[in-house]
Amino acid sequence: MHDALTLEKAAPVSLSARLWSGGHHANRLLRGLLLPALVLSGAEIAARYGWIESRLLPPPSAIALTLWQLAHDGLWKHIGASVARVAAGFVIGAILGLGFAVLVGLSRRVEELVDPTLQALRNVPSLAWVPLLLLWFGIDETPKITMIALGAFFPVYLNVVCGIQNVDRKLIEVGEIYGLNKFQLARRILLPAALPAVFTGLRTALGLAWMFLVAAELIAASQGLGYLLSDGRETSRPDIVIAAIFLIAVLGKTSDSLLHGIEVRSLRWRDTLETRKKRIRT
Amino acid sequence: MSHLDIHVATKKFADKPVLSNIHLSVAQGEVVSLIGASGCGKSTLLRIVSGLEHDYTGSVTLDGEKLSGISPHIGFIFQEPRLFPWLNVAQNIAFNATSVTDSDARVTQLLAEMGLTGLEKALPKQLSGGQAQRVAIARGLFIHPKVLLLDEPFSAVDAFTRIRLQDLLAHVAQLHRITIILVTHDVDEAVFLSDRVVVIGNQPGTVVADLKMDLASPRERESTALLAQRASVFAALHSAHIV
Ligand SMILES: Nc1ncnc2c1ncn2[C@@H]1O[C@H](COP(=O)(O)OP(=O)(O)O)[C@@H](O)[C@H]1O
Ligand SMILES: [Mg+2]
Repeated sequence: MHDALTLEKAAPVSLSARLWSGGHHANRLLRGLLLPALVLSGAEIAARYGWIESRLLPPPSAIALTLWQLAHDGLWKHIGASVARVAAGFVIGAILGLGFAVLVGLSRRVEELVDPTLQALRNVPSLAWVPLLLLWFGIDETPKITMIALGAFFPVYLNVVCGIQNVDRKLIEVGEIYGLNKFQLARRILLPAALPAVFTGLRTALGLAWMFLVAAELIAASQGLGYLLSDGRETSRPDIVIAAIFLIAVLGKTSDSLLHGIEVRSLRWRDTLETRKKRIRT
Repeated sequence: MSHLDIHVATKKFADKPVLSNIHLSVAQGEVVSLIGASGCGKSTLLRIVSGLEHDYTGSVTLDGEKLSGISPHIGFIFQEPRLFPWLNVAQNIAFNATSVTDSDARVTQLLAEMGLTGLEKALPKQLSGGQAQRVAIARGLFIHPKVLLLDEPFSAVDAFTRIRLQDLLAHVAQLHRITIILVTHDVDEAVFLSDRVVVIGNQPGTVVADLKMDLASPRERESTALLAQRASVFAALHSAHIV
C-alpha cells in the first residue's frame, strides 16, 4: 500500500492520470465538480444553438447573471433567513431527538410509554402538519422552525434509539464489572458506542431540514430561498427559480460536508471500510 | 475462614439447572484453573463470582465479607479483549481511573509490565490480538483487584502468543500476589499456571476433581514433574468422562 503510493508519486503522470489517481484533497474536489461542469457546459451550448428554449431553461450564463444581480438586491437577506431557519430548526430537532432517544434507549419503561406514539407520528407526512402549525402559530417564524425541527427530530430519534439498542452487550458488561451506574454507563459506553448512529441520524436530519425549509417557505414566507422559488414562479422567471435551486443545492452540500468532516474526525477510531479508505488516502 | 469462599447450591437458566452443590475455597494468592467440557457451566460459575450473575442460590464470600453484586476487589478478563474502540490504549487501561490515585503512573507501570510501552496512544484497531488481550489484562489489574477472574483469556490467540501470554500471567500472578481463577480448556495451560486444577463435570455441573499441582516455581513447561501432573489431570478428566 505504501509502496504503491510512493511509486505513483514518483512516476511522471499526465494531468488526467493525476486527476483519477491522486489522493490529494484538491483532486477529489475536482473529480466531484466534473459532472456539474459537463452538464452546465452542455446546457450552455444547447441554449446558444437554440436546441432548448431559453424561456423555459435559461442558459447557465443567464442564471449566473441573475445570481449576480440578486446578490446586489437582497440575496444575502434571503440566504441569511433560510440558513438561520435551518440552523435553529435543526438544532432544536436534533437536541430533542437525541434527548428522547437516550431516554427511550436507556429505559424500557420510557420506551413502552413513548416509542409507539413517536413511531405513529413519524408516518405523518411533513405537509400534513402545515395547516395545524399555521393555525397554531400564525405565519411568522415559529411554524417554519417548528416544521424544520419536526423534520430533524425523527431521523435523529430513530437512528440513536437503534444505535443505543444495538450496542454490544459485551461492552456493557465491561461497564458493569466496573460498577458503572446507569448514567455513567450511558455517558461512557452507550453514547460513544452509538456515535456512528448519531452521525447517521444528524446527517439525514440535516438533509430533511433543508427539505422542510423549502416546504415551509413555499407556503408562507416573505424571505428565504423558498420564497425566491415561489416568487420566481409567480413572476415567470425560471432563471430565479433555477438560481434558488442551485443555491439550495450548494448550501445543502456545504452543510453536509461540514457535518461529514466532524463525523470523520470523531469516528477515526472505527475499524471500517470508510476509515481504511481514509488511511490509504492520506 | 479462607480468602475466597464460593458456594453455589443451584444455578438455573429458565428452570434448567446448570450448576449444583459447588463448594470452592481459594487461598490468598492461589491460582486455580477450572476445566471441564464445554457447556458445563464454567463461565457461569465465574460470572457468579464476579457478581455479573446474581440469580442463584448460594454465596460468595471474600475475606469474610459476603458479596452482593459487583465488587471493586474483583477484576474480570473476558475471552475477547473487549476494549473500548473509541479509547486509546492508555485510556482503556485507566477506564476506571476514578478509583485509583495517581492513575498516570499506574498506567505507565502496567504498560511496562505488559510489554506495551510506546503503544499508549494506539487505538484498539491498530493492535494485534495478543497486544489487545495484554491491554485487557492491564485494564483488569489497574484497579488493584484482590481476585482476578479470567474466562478462557488466551483461547482466541495463536499458539506462540498464547505461550507468551501464559508466561506473562504467571509473572503477574507472582508479582502482585493476586488470587486468580482461570477458566481454560487447555490442560497444559491449567497445569503450567495453576496451584490447583478443579475439574467441573456432570449435568448440572459440580466439582468432580480438585487436584493440587505440587510444582516448584518458576515452572518449566516440559519438566517430568509437570508432565506427571498433566497425566493426573487427564486421568481425572477420563474418570469424569470428559475426554
Ligand atoms: N444467559 C443464558 N441463558 C440461558 N442459558 C445459558 C445462559 N448462559 C449460559 N447458558 C447455558 O448454561 C450452560 C453453561 O454455560 P457456560 O457457563 O457458558 O458453559 P461453559 O463456559 O462451561 O462452556 C450451557 O448449557 C448454556 O447453554
Ligand atoms: Mg465459557
